[in-house]
Amino acid sequence: MNDMRIMNRATGMQDTKMSAKGVDVYYGDNHAIKNVTVDIEDKTVTAFIGPSGCGKSTFLRCLNRMNDTIPVARVEGEITLDGENIYDAKVDPVQLRAKVGMVFQKPNPFPKSIYDNIAYGPRIHGLARNKSELDDIVEKSLRRGAIWDEVKDRLDAPGTGLSGGQQQRLCIARAIATEPEVLLMDEPCSALDPIATSQVEELIDELRQNFSVVIVTHSMQQAARVSQKTAFFHLGDLVEFGETGQIFTNPHDPRTESYITGRIG
Amino acid sequence: MTDATAGAAHPAPKPQSLLAPDARTRKRNAAEARFRIYGMVAVGLAVIALVFLLTSIVRNGAGAFFQTFISLEVTLDEAKLDKSGNRDPEEMAKVSTFGYAPLIKDAIQAKIAELGIEIEGLAKPEDLISKEAAAQMRNFVLANPDVVGTTRTFEFLADGRIDGYYKDRVTMESASRDKNVSPEQLQLADALKDAGTLETRFNWNFITWPDASENRPEASGLGVAILGSFYMMIIVLVLALPIGVAASIYLEEFAPKNRITDVIEVNISNLAAVPSIVFGILGLAIFINFAGLPQSAPIVGGLVLTLMTLPTIIIATRASLKAVPPSIREAALGVGASKMQTVFHHVLPLAAPGILTGTIIGLAQALGETAPLLLIGMVAFVREYPAAPPEGFFDPASALPVQVYNWTTRADPAFVERASGAIIVLLIFLLAMNAIAIFLRRRFERRW
Repeated sequence: MNDMRIMNRATGMQDTKMSAKGVDVYYGDNHAIKNVTVDIEDKTVTAFIGPSGCGKSTFLRCLNRMNDTIPVARVEGEITLDGENIYDAKVDPVQLRAKVGMVFQKPNPFPKSIYDNIAYGPRIHGLARNKSELDDIVEKSLRRGAIWDEVKDRLDAPGTGLSGGQQQRLCIARAIATEPEVLLMDEPCSALDPIATSQVEELIDELRQNFSVVIVTHSMQQAARVSQKTAFFHLGDLVEFGETGQIFTNPHDPRTESYITGRIG
Repeated sequence: MTDATAGAAHPAPKPQSLLAPDARTRKRNAAEARFRIYGMVAVGLAVIALVFLLTSIVRNGAGAFFQTFISLEVTLDEAKLDKSGNRDPEEMAKVSTFGYAPLIKDAIQAKIAELGIEIEGLAKPEDLISKEAAAQMRNFVLANPDVVGTTRTFEFLADGRIDGYYKDRVTMESASRDKNVSPEQLQLADALKDAGTLETRFNWNFITWPDASENRPEASGLGVAILGSFYMMIIVLVLALPIGVAASIYLEEFAPKNRITDVIEVNISNLAAVPSIVFGILGLAIFINFAGLPQSAPIVGGLVLTLMTLPTIIIATRASLKAVPPSIREAALGVGASKMQTVFHHVLPLAAPGILTGTIIGLAQALGETAPLLLIGMVAFVREYPAAPPEGFFDPASALPVQVYNWTTRADPAFVERASGAIIVLLIFLLAMNAIAIFLRRRFERRW
């Protein structure tokens, strides 16, 4: 990785989209996330890096309350989206998840047609008034997901019949079809080969124009390539958060330095 | 130092040729070969038992589908059947089957004379014809009053003993010791057979007719039992499927995991193991004695079998819901589907083949269940077909397995054959249901 390029990367100031203040997460007795405070900026790619089991995926899942589905998980602290606390009792997690989309580690298209995969979200949220509007949403989403050219002739084919990389881009297209404001990605490339990975990475960079993207990754190179901001987690602590260039070239914390130089992890 | 001692204690192994197996490999291969033999023996025993069971049932029961018929020309004498001569159905109905019996007697004697059959010591040739024949003829005449006064050809069932003679159940020797049939009558039957009057052919009446009394095995059929079983299956399907699936979805997807749901879960598994006769007692106490539903009715049988089938359906449904990968649920929740949308749009369609298979297996189990039905009175002797649903659900009816049980308790050996025949019908239904289950699973199974 070219250090100079990282250093010179433009990081224009953006508004804060999501903000976490003093977040603790417990799985039963296990204290998985310890007092994490982090601001996620709008139209920015934020990468969460750290060794396995450090809590980065757990924290990511807090941002759209996916942890609600785990009975033993307990979240304390405050996370806001546009200044509103998403853990407020009045918040319906279903409404939140329409605003904060998610892409998972393993490509998980529905066992339905490619068209239905994309159309499902807009349908349940009532985003399209008629069939032609829905067709437009599907086409637009597939185009933004950089998969339109590969599937435009077989929208009726099952989504599960695509290759792994195509499936993951389909899942990204599905996630952005509901016009979320924030897109969470949990190791989106870990099941993909290098070519598919670079396609998805290019896609993430394009998505930055419209969304705030948060990506969890095991690959430091990937974090360096796609993100503007990087957060380093270690054993449930947020060790360091800052400009990606600064984290990779001039880490303030010795633990961050050890991790990015390969001594721990 | 320690390393050196360890090295000395374990000298380097001698180089071993790959072409000759060593002792350990030979031992492992022998163990594997032994295990294969055990497996083959076990499968072989199971297959032998199955083949033995099926051949014995088919050998005993195939005869039930064939019956001996005697065709006779009967003169429907107006003087005996309609004394007033005005064809008034009410008048004619006053003539009981005893009024018809002499006509049959005359007809067979006329036939013997016509064919010139002479058998020394032949008595009561009319006993060749089933006692059912008079009733059969009377029903026909009452339905068609215009036939009185004409001569018509009727196909009468032969008596069970005569039928048995052609199925090797009755011999000349056994007939000589039997007060119901004589060797002379058997000779007459042979003579009638040579003349083409008596023949053995496929008997649809076995499937469509109702049960008959103890001394008329030839006239007994499965009609009421098949209808009763069918009605009960409808009730079980309509009640057990929605209740079972709803309960499983709630328990699997929505219920909080706590002590109460744990207890419910354990008890559902326990219910699946409760002896079926206990459900019969429950049905008797609750549905008949408390709720006041009629005895012997398919509605009560259906309710009892529903209780029995529910645990099977719930267990199968929960297993297939569990088998749906969590990634599908996450995907749906991730695009903002509610819990219920996730379950009904994504999880349930994927679990459907498993649910259907479980339901059909449960239904097949219910179809073969006897014990609980005995306790709610379905073992009663029922001659009348139940009406069409929904009224028919409250009419007395029998059920296939109960009919089998019923026939095996009767004295006449002809009923052994009928019981085996009923088992064949039951097995055909069960095989058909299992085939449907397999078909549905293949048809709806999806990959992800």
